[in-house]
Amino acid sequence: MTAEIQSNDTSPSALSKMVKSIGLLRESPIAIFGLSLILFWVILAILAPVLPLYDPNAPLEPFKFPMSEARDGGLYWLGTDHKGRDILSRVIFGAQQVLIWATTATVVAYIVGMLMGVIAGYLGGWYDEVISFISNVLLSFPVIVLYIIIITYLGATGFNIVLAVTFASAPGIMRIVRGLVLDLRTRDYIFAAQTRGESSMYIMLVELLPNARGPLIVDACLRLGYTTITIAMLGYLGLGLPPPDPDWGKMIAETQPLGSFAGHMAVVPAAAISSLVLGFNLLADGLREISMKD
Amino acid sequence: MEEQTPILECRNLCISYDTRGGEIPAVIDFNMKVMPGQGVGIVGESGCGKSTVALAIMQYLGSNGYIKSGEIFFHGRDMRTMSEDELRALRGSKIAMIYQEPMASLNPSMKIGDQLAEVPLFHEDVTVAEAKERALALLEAVKLPDPKRIMDSYPHQISGGQQQRVVIAMALLSKPDLLLLDEPTTALDVTVERGIVELVKEISAEFGTAMIYISHNLGLILDTCDRVTVMYSGEAVEDGTVHEVFDDMKHPYTSGLFASIPLPGADKNERPLVPIPGQLPLPHQRPKGCFFGPRCAFFTDGVCNTDKVPMRPVPNEEAHTVRCARFEEIDWAEGDHEAVSVKSVKSGKVVLKVRNMKKYYEIKSSSVIAMIRGDAVKTVKANEDINFDAREAETVAIVGESGCGKSTFAKVLMGLEEATAGEVILNGEDLANVTVQKRKAQTVGHLQMVFQNPFDTLNPSHSVGSQIARVIRKFGVEKDPDKVRAKVNDLLDLVKLPRDFAHRRPRQLSGGQKQRIGIARAFAGNPAVVVADEPVSALDVSVQAAVTGLLTEIQNELRSTLLFISHDLSVVRYLSDRVVVMYLGHIVEQGTTDEVFSPPYHPYTEALLSAVPIADTSVEQKQIILEGDIPSAVNPPPGCPFQTRCPRKIGSICETELPPLKEFQDGHRILCHLDDDVFESMEPVIVMHEDGDVVAVT
Repeated sequence: MTAEIQSNDTSPSALSKMVKSIGLLRESPIAIFGLSLILFWVILAILAPVLPLYDPNAPLEPFKFPMSEARDGGLYWLGTDHKGRDILSRVIFGAQQVLIWATTATVVAYIVGMLMGVIAGYLGGWYDEVISFISNVLLSFPVIVLYIIIITYLGATGFNIVLAVTFASAPGIMRIVRGLVLDLRTRDYIFAAQTRGESSMYIMLVELLPNARGPLIVDACLRLGYTTITIAMLGYLGLGLPPPDPDWGKMIAETQPLGSFAGHMAVVPAAAISSLVLGFNLLADGLREISMKD
Repeated sequence: MEEQTPILECRNLCISYDTRGGEIPAVIDFNMKVMPGQGVGIVGESGCGKSTVALAIMQYLGSNGYIKSGEIFFHGRDMRTMSEDELRALRGSKIAMIYQEPMASLNPSMKIGDQLAEVPLFHEDVTVAEAKERALALLEAVKLPDPKRIMDSYPHQISGGQQQRVVIAMALLSKPDLLLLDEPTTALDVTVERGIVELVKEISAEFGTAMIYISHNLGLILDTCDRVTVMYSGEAVEDGTVHEVFDDMKHPYTSGLFASIPLPGADKNERPLVPIPGQLPLPHQRPKGCFFGPRCAFFTDGVCNTDKVPMRPVPNEEAHTVRCARFEEIDWAEGDHEAVSVKSVKSGKVVLKVRNMKKYYEIKSSSVIAMIRGDAVKTVKANEDINFDAREAETVAIVGESGCGKSTFAKVLMGLEEATAGEVILNGEDLANVTVQKRKAQTVGHLQMVFQNPFDTLNPSHSVGSQIARVIRKFGVEKDPDKVRAKVNDLLDLVKLPRDFAHRRPRQLSGGQKQRIGIARAFAGNPAVVVADEPVSALDVSVQAAVTGLLTEIQNELRSTLLFISHDLSVVRYLSDRVVVMYLGHIVEQGTTDEVFSPPYHPYTEALLSAVPIADTSVEQKQIILEGDIPSAVNPPPGCPFQTRCPRKIGSICETELPPLKEFQDGHRILCHLDDDVFESMEPVIVMHEDGDVVAVT
């Protein structure tokens, strides 16, 4: 049904619209800076397999400081850790993991949250009562407890991280969407769709949700940042992705028993987390600023 | 008089806004003088800069607006040289402003008495008791019922009309020299509006307050002002006394405005409305020379599009100035725009029959007290006993103010709600209890709607073409993609829009264009009945004429029935063949347009007719001002629904018994207790003086 309405839509292509909206970003230096930070990590993560890096899991020489020379004549740009693994290589491969799982988890949380929100907001009545009740129960749990329960019982896999993030984020997304839909459903075009006998499904997916996208894009950006922190935190607590694959949070945790002896082991992944989260937050701020101007 | 200094004077005022696209001049070279006790009107369509002038006078232009050049003198002092402290002392005490939305001007979390008392407490050295006393006195002056109770109420506990009265009282508390009214009655119902307008007139006479009255409604300006300035695209185009401008207009735009509003003399067959073609230019697209040039019928190349046109005085008329390069040479008869052609079409067989239709809503109160008392469920009688017929190719107007049940009726008709009782028969099929999902696609297509708000009527996320195409497919008119596209083009042709509009997004369209798309969408399924819910009330006057013209033209061509829901009796009289007047869920009067607009009247119809602002100096209206507000449908008065406000109430029978339906001529019915001889002795409300003769308008 969704495809049907698009079929006649021969308006300027999606690509030219994208170019236009990126052009809008130029009005906010903050957004540009945020986007650059994010793109920095995205590009590194994509290029990781072709960059001249050591194997992230290979034990080379332990406790090398940054810029020290390797036995094979190479250079440990950021040093090595206690097991002799190259930190630069681990941070870059770690970025891959964080970006993939943060994005997947946020997208899934969004799909669930938006569906819940649009159903609660548009259909109302018992649907609203039940969905709002479930959301309130979930929101009343401290998030960290929720994560620990889910991961310890179901095991530390990527899928379970997605599940945990969805449980924690979907109620919040549902509330935003529900609020937006309560306002949008009183518009005449919704009334028009009802008077031509459209199904509730069509009205929710085609008429309502596309018009809620403005505030949701900003929120999604912020939420990507939160999810990045969440994944790092889970890694730090030992609930993250299974070893030996590199994980920013776990990299920090491994430094802990070593104290100040190998500070670079903690500083590098910590800086990586901060810069990526900062990127998402600044982009969200910039987007909000741009949308307010119009 | 000439010795007096004006209270306010604007000299060569230019106001600009800084935006993304650079500087946007909102007001250009604006001059105005307000003398003590004078009422000055500013008239213009949205975007002409009239509100910007008011904001500049209050020095409230916001962060991106500024006065580029020119001066504003208040009592001879240039306001631009005043400090922020001086301005603050001036605002609210010497200059007061009244806005369109009363609720936005009142603090919702403060009692009205306390809010009012704040004004003298802030500006003068008075005690709290004195301040409250003055507040109470002014609430009486603005004729609020039971002012003591209102002092103790919160804003949400009183009606919109009462709120606006409170705002006016607040504005008057510090005895201002100048009152700025920015569309003060636009959000109110007509009968309530009439009360406020009378109040404003009385107050300016009583307190000697000078007024600047900003409105898009020429009729209201005629009622309230001595002088008027007509604005177009940031410029004043004509300025003079109300009588000079209304009777002897010199600017083609002013004349176009008057030709596009349905005055009592207009007739859809003999004297049709003449819309102004085109639309208001955006500030950065203003043409060279005269800004009105591209839309003007008297445009002359080389004269109108070269230099900036100055304001020039009209010979022999003191203080009447016009911004037109060739107003002396214009022969008004020559270059008139093409009138909206509406052929008179004979109505056919009955298409829609509504019989004893009732719609009650149940409101459940969840409060514990209500449950204990056993009245947890309240019934709202939104529609009571609706009976009427609509024929093929006929226009039936449903007239009433907010809360009269016209929207509920539309919902039942469209199948969004089920009727509680009665029948709604469309082409022989009873639809009263068939919701839209259960109706056949063809039936749904046969009953379509044009909505009120042009900014809401189209989904902003989809292109115009895809939205029309969806309707075509949904009603099963066409399935094949090529044929659907062809049909979209046909419909765009029908509403006189270029075909490439199909690719546009709604935000790229003006209000009038969106409303045209709304009409195209309604006519996509070859409807038998089209319900138009105030289709033009949100549009500018010059566009209104074009859209109503288009609507009736298409209707005539396709022989559809049009149910025209409106509160604007001028438009109704102009457009419709028959009229149904509703009040609090009841039909109080129905008949042909001539019958309803001439005596005998239902007392409510009589009051409605006297409340319509008419922008014609030769028209005399009887003054009937209704007391109070429309009662709530949750708690309607017993007996006659109109008894609480009826100026012709005869006694206790009105309070106890629902009036009988009196039949006058064939089909003209009035729901009233009044005796036949009272009906016979009723005089027409609107009388037109033409060449000395008195002609009753029917």
